[in-house]
Amino acid sequence: MLSEDSIHPQSYAAGFSGALLDPAQMPPAILNDPPAAHLSRRYNIYRNNVIVSLIDALAAIYPAVQRITGVDFFRAMARFHVRACPPRSPLLFEYGRDFPVFIEQYEYARPLPYLADVARLERAWLDAYHAADVEPLPPSAFASLPPDKLADIILTPHPATRIVRSDTSSVTLFAAYRTERDSPSSLQVADREDALVTRPGLDIIVQYLPPGQSTFLEALVSGHPLGQAAAMAFEDSSAFDIAIGIAGMIEAGAFCAIRVGEPQ
Amino acid sequence: MEAIHPATASYAPFSRFPHTTTGLVGTSFKHEHLPDIMKERNASLFFEVHAENYMGQGGPPHDVLTTIRRDHSISLHGVCMSIGGPQPLDKAHVARFKHLIERYQPALVSEHLAWSTHDTTYFNDLLPLPYTKDTLARVCDHIDELQNAIGRRILIENPATYVAFKESTMSETDFIGSFAERTGCGLLLDINNVFVSATNHGFSALSYLADFPLSRVGQIHLAGHNKEIGDDGGITLIDSHDEPVDPSVWALYETVIGRCGPLPTLIEWDSKLPTWSILKAEAEMARDVLNASLPRPAMELMHAL
Repeated sequence: MLSEDSIHPQSYAAGFSGALLDPAQMPPAILNDPPAAHLSRRYNIYRNNVIVSLIDALAAIYPAVQRITGVDFFRAMARFHVRACPPRSPLLFEYGRDFPVFIEQYEYARPLPYLADVARLERAWLDAYHAADVEPLPPSAFASLPPDKLADIILTPHPATRIVRSDTSSVTLFAAYRTERDSPSSLQVADREDALVTRPGLDIIVQYLPPGQSTFLEALVSGHPLGQAAAMAFEDSSAFDIAIGIAGMIEAGAFCAIRVGEPQ
Repeated sequence: MEAIHPATASYAPFSRFPHTTTGLVGTSFKHEHLPDIMKERNASLFFEVHAENYMGQGGPPHDVLTTIRRDHSISLHGVCMSIGGPQPLDKAHVARFKHLIERYQPALVSEHLAWSTHDTTYFNDLLPLPYTKDTLARVCDHIDELQNAIGRRILIENPATYVAFKESTMSETDFIGSFAERTGCGLLLDINNVFVSATNHGFSALSYLADFPLSRVGQIHLAGHNKEIGDDGGITLIDSHDEPVDPSVWALYETVIGRCGPLPTLIEWDSKLPTWSILKAEAEMARDVLNASLPRPAMELMHAL
């Protein structure tokens, strides 16, 4: 005859984990009272391990956000997020993708409108850190192209490449707060700072993109031919300089393959 | 003439290092210690890494692990396979684990008697299971599946626990002995976990070790723990991996090595990291215990090498 446990094969995991992220619940009734200690105190060790290790994981992914807000603010915010959105993957470097949106909606973070943008940069940084190792296109790959085909080339983005859009001065803040040092006394704050994040070798690059350049690179990343990408960049910003744009595209190491597409 | 490389050999093999950690001591590997470790290039140390930290596609983690693997044997320690969970193993995770083993050819491969995922939520902790004939059958299935997938024997680690289940019908040592017998897996004996669990549940660590299937142990873990004293005066030990190994744990370790001989021994230290010299000194203390267990001619041979 099947035991209760075979009929409900997930009973102990469901029973044990139900209260892990909810401190208001009683410890599961499926546990014995331990000798010489209250069960709630023992069960709270697991609760504490889960919540603290996941807050630590967010702090490791988002160090600049934590330096901007201070540790107490960050950990309180992260605690809400862990309870609302625990990880779905055992790979913790995949965790926290919903955190920037959570920050945008977090009531106490409203006076810090740039915070979510800095978080987006930090999430892109970690993706670049773990991305596949691929040689970026050398500048010579562009030199050999016939000029009349230039408008039709299509580039494959490097696996580490991300274009991060921002309506705030997130790149300046990222640079100022990403590593341990004295907080800057004053910052030149711009309105809009887009960034390229990539990793042509082992070092991660976070580079400010001037107006138009982010549209240009984003269009190339999504597979538009160069001519079209340039037109989209001009539409976005009349300040876009095609020569600087192409030079930046070549130098960044943001692409890893090139082909000539059908003429447009 | 140019050598022809088969398309599958995309990584440099580490074949000049045999699969051995016999009599070796080691530590958890932390990137912060890499410069000091590289300066010493002491091949008599092995290093243990948490498999999941190297499951990204590329970048600095693989560069660093490749560097450390050139000079040292490694132990690949999985922390989230959920072997002790009621749901099927995550096939994608098994595939990632297998890939890492093929790429880095670790001398030792281990996982935990625990679970950390329920449904789709990953709790990032080693959670306990009841010991019954049903959970035993599932743990055996999971170990069989994993060993078949990776094509080699795995070591399963005894847990540190803070609670016990009402429905348990067998002791932890019986449970461990049974799955080891049925699956042929090896065991990773974490002596700090034994001491922590014994204190928390009020049993004797020495009796536990007397009942433990020591002949199947392929690796030892030693680590530090924290002590909490409650309002009720009750003591709880927490497996924290953030301080030196406790003297009581060293004493149990000497007992085990006295019975088993020089098993590869690893010092785990995962947070509030010490300097490399402090961590290495812990490993050297373990080496002294291993050397003392060797018969005299064997010891002279080890020194001659």
